[in-house]
Amino acid sequence: MDRNQVHRQVALMRQSFFDQGFLDEQFIQLEELQDEANPNFVEEVVTLYYRDSTRLILNIEQALEKSPLDFNKLDCHMHQFKGSSSSIGAKKVKSECTQFREYCKAGNGEGCMRTFQQLKKEYAILKKKLETYFQMARQAGPKEIACRPKPKLDICPDLEKNYVGWIPSRFRYTFSF
Amino acid sequence: MVFGASSSSSKGMTSIDKRNDGNNNFVAERNLSALIVDDDLIVRRIHTTLLTKLGVKTQGVENGKKAVDLFQSGDFFDLVIMDMEMPVMDGPEATKQLRAMGIGSMIVGVTSRNLESEKQAFMGAGLNDCYVKPLTVDDMIAILNKLNNN
Repeated sequence: MDRNQVHRQVALMRQSFFDQGFLDEQFIQLEELQDEANPNFVEEVVTLYYRDSTRLILNIEQALEKSPLDFNKLDCHMHQFKGSSSSIGAKKVKSECTQFREYCKAGNGEGCMRTFQQLKKEYAILKKKLETYFQMARQAGPKEIACRPKPKLDICPDLEKNYVGWIPSRFRYTFSF
Repeated sequence: MVFGASSSSSKGMTSIDKRNDGNNNFVAERNLSALIVDDDLIVRRIHTTLLTKLGVKTQGVENGKKAVDLFQSGDFFDLVIMDMEMPVMDGPEATKQLRAMGIGSMIVGVTSRNLESEKQAFMGAGLNDCYVKPLTVDDMIAILNKLNNN
């Protein structure tokens, strides 16, 4: 497979994550932060997420084994986990987190346990997909883009001094507030 | 509520050089500093990277008490990104304490839910603004422009 084909595969895979609801807009925000200075930023943050959330999942599992269930504690753990999951744009995982918290509020232990099983499934599926995606992206290598003209911030030239070195791609031609 | 009083300590404060560009548009030319206060490691990482890329010198702490301690020890930050829910000391409490100390830095709250009641209550503690986290590139640029214009 030539390089262009690999790039196309990677792009299609990425698009499928959004089309199938695995990822949301927040993932794009992470991509915006990736550049020559931080070339693997997205992968680093996702890796950090999976490493850090192992602890949170364990906390929830242990809390679910207690009897009677402490719904406040469960909700607190899940609040943290939801926050992290939102930060990487894990849409389906986040949705299960929300459902879990609803069951906590209602004091529905069975609902919590059922939702948690589903959450772990979504969490594992996403992990596998992203691992494959990052591996392919690394194989594809950096995408060559045509040289763009130097961006001009037309609101106030002096502002460029504060923001030199990086301007979000959306603002390359016009700078609006 | 007016937050005109700035920190009494000048340790770590960078010099401010405001110029008039001839059109009565003030352009502040200085190095900004920010403190990220959030118990979530991922959110701290994202906000830190975002601010660093925008040329802001950034530090992170995991709860409100650590933020208050830093200011009490004489450190100063132009901008504080304050999470609402944190262990040890939460965002509203830390914000109240900072304002009581006379800290005039821009304090921007971040919440995980877009609930008007929650945001209003947090604003009441003394925030300049409140957003849903994590902050987007657009949010951060808007915040920094506001800071630059103040």
